[in-house]
Amino acid sequence: MTATADSHAGGEVGQARLRKEDARLIAGRTRWTDNMSLPGMMHMAILRSPLAHARINRIDTSEARSMSGVEAVVTGADVADDQGSLPCAWPITEDMKSPNAPSLAVDEVNFAGEAVAVVVARSAAEAHDALEAIEIDYEELPVVLDMSSAMTEGSDLVHPDLGTNASATWVFDSAEAGTGGSADEALAGAEVTVHRTFRQQRLIPAFMEPRSILVDPTGEQTTMWSATQVPHILRLMLAMTTGVDEHKIRVIAPDVGGGFGGKLQVTPEEVITFLVARKLGKPVKYTESRSESFTSAHHGRDQIQKLSLAANRDGTVTGLKVELLADMGAYLRLVTPGVPILGAFMFNAIYKIPAYHFSCTNVFTNKVPTDAYRGAGRPEATFAIERMMDELAAELGMDPLEVRERNWIKHDEFPYTTVSTLTYDSGNYEAATARARELFGYDALRAEQAERRRRGDTVQLGIGVSTFTEMCGLAPSRVLGALSYGAGGWEHGAVRMLPTGKVEVITGSSPHGQGHETAWSQIVADRLGVGFDDVEVLHGDTQSSHKGLDTYGSRSLTVGAMAVVQAADKVIAKARKIAAHMLECAEDDVEFSGGRFTVRGTDTSTSIQEIALAVFAAHDLPDGVEPSLDSEATFDPENFSFPHGTHLCATEVDTETGRVRLRSYVAVDDVGNVVNPMIVEGQVQGGLAQGIAQALFEEAVYDETGTLTSGTLADYLVPSAADLPSFTTDRTETPSTTNALGVKGVGEAGTIASTPAVVNSVVDAVRHMGVQDIEMPCTPMRVWRAIHGGAR
Amino acid sequence: MIPAAFDYEAPSTIDEAVRALAEADDEVKILAGGQSLLPVLRMRLAAPAKLIDLGRIGELRGVRSDGDMLVIGAMTSHYDVQRDPLLNEHAKLLVMATDTVADPQVRHRGTFGGSLAHADPAGDLLAPALALDAEMVIAGPRGRRTVPAAEFFVDYFTTAVGEDELLCEIRVPKYTGWHAHYEKFNRVAQAWSIVGVAAAVRTDGHMIAEARVGLTNMASVPVRARGVEQALVGQEATPEAIRAAAEHALDGTSPTTDGNADVAYREHLAKVLTSRAVSAAATS
Ligand SMILES: Cc1cc2nc3c(=O)[nH]c(=O)nc-3n(C[C@H](O)[C@H](O)[C@H](O)COP(=O)(O)OP(=O)(O)OC[C@H]3O[C@@H](n4cnc5c(N)ncnc54)[C@H](O)[C@@H]3O)c2cc1C
Repeated sequence: MTATADSHAGGEVGQARLRKEDARLIAGRTRWTDNMSLPGMMHMAILRSPLAHARINRIDTSEARSMSGVEAVVTGADVADDQGSLPCAWPITEDMKSPNAPSLAVDEVNFAGEAVAVVVARSAAEAHDALEAIEIDYEELPVVLDMSSAMTEGSDLVHPDLGTNASATWVFDSAEAGTGGSADEALAGAEVTVHRTFRQQRLIPAFMEPRSILVDPTGEQTTMWSATQVPHILRLMLAMTTGVDEHKIRVIAPDVGGGFGGKLQVTPEEVITFLVARKLGKPVKYTESRSESFTSAHHGRDQIQKLSLAANRDGTVTGLKVELLADMGAYLRLVTPGVPILGAFMFNAIYKIPAYHFSCTNVFTNKVPTDAYRGAGRPEATFAIERMMDELAAELGMDPLEVRERNWIKHDEFPYTTVSTLTYDSGNYEAATARARELFGYDALRAEQAERRRRGDTVQLGIGVSTFTEMCGLAPSRVLGALSYGAGGWEHGAVRMLPTGKVEVITGSSPHGQGHETAWSQIVADRLGVGFDDVEVLHGDTQSSHKGLDTYGSRSLTVGAMAVVQAADKVIAKARKIAAHMLECAEDDVEFSGGRFTVRGTDTSTSIQEIALAVFAAHDLPDGVEPSLDSEATFDPENFSFPHGTHLCATEVDTETGRVRLRSYVAVDDVGNVVNPMIVEGQVQGGLAQGIAQALFEEAVYDETGTLTSGTLADYLVPSAADLPSFTTDRTETPSTTNALGVKGVGEAGTIASTPAVVNSVVDAVRHMGVQDIEMPCTPMRVWRAIHGGAR
Repeated sequence: MIPAAFDYEAPSTIDEAVRALAEADDEVKILAGGQSLLPVLRMRLAAPAKLIDLGRIGELRGVRSDGDMLVIGAMTSHYDVQRDPLLNEHAKLLVMATDTVADPQVRHRGTFGGSLAHADPAGDLLAPALALDAEMVIAGPRGRRTVPAAEFFVDYFTTAVGEDELLCEIRVPKYTGWHAHYEKFNRVAQAWSIVGVAAAVRTDGHMIAEARVGLTNMASVPVRARGVEQALVGQEATPEAIRAAAEHALDGTSPTTDGNADVAYREHLAKVLTSRAVSAAATS
């Protein structure tokens, strides 16, 4: 890691500040939702369907109701009139089919894990005891699990009333859009074509803190604490779903232990706890177990991707056709249908592809609903195109880096409008790739690879490449509107100057581990010329940060911090007026720097703290100036930002056992300007682990009855430090030209880039043994089968 | 994930524990380190009326020497096994296998006796105990009895320990000067074995004089690879000879299919890993 602190000497921005929030987060000395307790609080436990598809004929709760400590037993029928339908904010087409989505199942269940009844009791133990006494008479219905067969004529249906398992089909064609030619024509006339079908396995976000909810209905407002990424969206959606007035609801996301998109949701559990607490008039808490989380919190990925690439013999890509099936699971949750559509803009990646066709059909199955998971749509697209570039290189006998270079957008071609309509503001793929190549020792590793092949070593070496970009900073509201998303993409921020000169920053971007408190403090400290420790960042409570669109899509810094910057600039503008009055000069003659307002060309000055106190006293302010410096701003980005990078991965594949060992991994990322290199490093490292996990380890597996067999952490293999090499990371810095901070976002980069780098590397290790693809995760058995023939 | 309510008793001697077991009329379970039992209780896959915690019984803990045998208390933690000087000198195979178990937290609580009594076929300590001809000392209302490892493991999660009995110590012959290796194959560092091979050899120059080989997770119980052992004895420790001997690894196995491996792959692994385990032991 090359530190860049020097170039920011004196300022806070650019320094690897230790994170303010870490002491309390790491030591656990904070308020997680589950360790809160209110007077008279009840505990709720949820009975979940063991079956993937069934009609509920009868629920007998009589015994459970009579058990010790039980306050109430609630079934779907009891809340049918109040619970509404869980929201889906992204109707991707006008004719999209969306089933009614009850929080508590009423007469049928559509996936194993769906909530069927709840017990509220004085203790959690009593609530769990009573769950076992509830009797349900289920009538099993045919189970739909496989997307491809779900789409065949005469297939059983998940929701018979919809008449089909297809929710919607979304199409983009560059010839129709006028951004390029026809992909079909390019394929028909191509010198070379490559066809592959990839499977994006189903993944589980596996955040560290399980979901937890506490609802207090005893005040004027009903207050909900929830381990959520999206307190603001949650409040709005609770109001819209249950009909309770928005101003009567307060939502608090206290410290939240990770989300990875898995807590970008309005969940059945939140709605149920809300309704039940209000019904009882008592505070109610619900905390899920890990196995409940796995079978009910939304999953991610799960697509079948069919790609066809057309190219010239010199490696120039002439067209790309992408046909997707995307598994929705049983219901459409908050942004379920839109996830694959976000990917539509990323298949062309960093390349100048002259003809592009994309189509995606969203399919219902009797499984846990899918939704956003770190990267959401973009990792899927990046994986597919980066795999295809390697396959093209192999087909042509070219070096995979050379094929990429032939096609990528050159540094001097920015801004560049792609075939899928986005305008990339900046980038330098040449620089990132050159640096990665050097750190990796690319040529030496290629030589070693050739030598091992020649010797017929048991352990073969593979080299995998991923030159990726992603769209970050979700999102320009007008673009979201054009994609029929139900909300905007702006963010809100506010700055309050306290009389003592200390500063409170309010952000609508609600963090769940990212380090907003530290980064926002650094930015505001520099902007206002105050100390890092003089800034307090408030977030995650609709009472204090009343407005926001929360944290996902690498948007916090690019959109959220920009709102704070604009609010801070308004504070300075207000203070300047007052400074001019105090210093008895014209406003134009006042210069602001390092927290001091100075009369130009003199040493007469006053500090922002002195002005804050003067404003508080308000004894002598200029006419027409209100006694407040406090300011707020709402920032709507003009464009996305486009971080990019070159990742190189070396794996050793044991051809006798199929085991893959990561030998080295180099990640050179360009995330634009860097506010805190340590936070960037943390995001990259964690992202790499998560992307590598998809390539090698994690998979949500259902058996033929629709039971999740990877239902615990013993079966769903989340890697630990022991399974990962020490990563080599570095950066190039090409500032974004879309926002004043020049930042691009880093939350998802590692995850997006690493999955194809690893799989490309594994395939590369054994390509000479006749292998062209290995399904993810590349388990030892799959790799061994790929080498030695037979089914996958 | 809250267990059903249960009664709890923590005796301080083996005799008291045996008495408590005899007195319990409802379903009773012994609690050792709890690393396998507690997940079962929390998932409500079992709901015993009473737990008898062996954690306060000092005489069940620790390792001692008894002539040409080592005696390991059932409640000796994995962590203590790893660091015990006697085991490191005379039964290195047990230490090496224990090194591969789970993570430090689990190794601090989980016990050697608990692992054997739990008898999970994927557990890593069963095959080494079998290969080393360990003997299990079981205490019950009729006094103590000693059962050889070969008869101790009966089936999946089933041992020779009766309802009213407890495993109190494990006696292992000293393998002083032997070379050992435990080859564990799993997908992530903290996972259970897909297949594991325990090997100990006594060498005489380049020659393999004696060999002990046991397989993890190749049947409902650990499997002693006697065919491999016999094929090794008297051979030079060359890769070819070892590979040829490893071809016998499947004798007596009956592997099953799960998400990580099907039968054919498990059988393939058993041979490859046997060869690797023996090679590593012979050249260590
Ligand atoms: C995350 C995790 C990962 C693990 N990974 C591995 C691994 O890779 N390899 C491996 O081998 N093990 C692994 N284990 C299991 C671990 O080794 C356990 O410690 C062991 O299986 C059980 O030992 P215990 O002392 O915890 O027994 P407990 O859980 O207390 O008891 C287990 C069973 O044995 C019975 N029992 C215990 N002691 C006696 C006794 N003295 N007499 C009669 N019956 C008794 C109990 O009644 C119970 O039925 C893992 C455990 C966890 C939680």
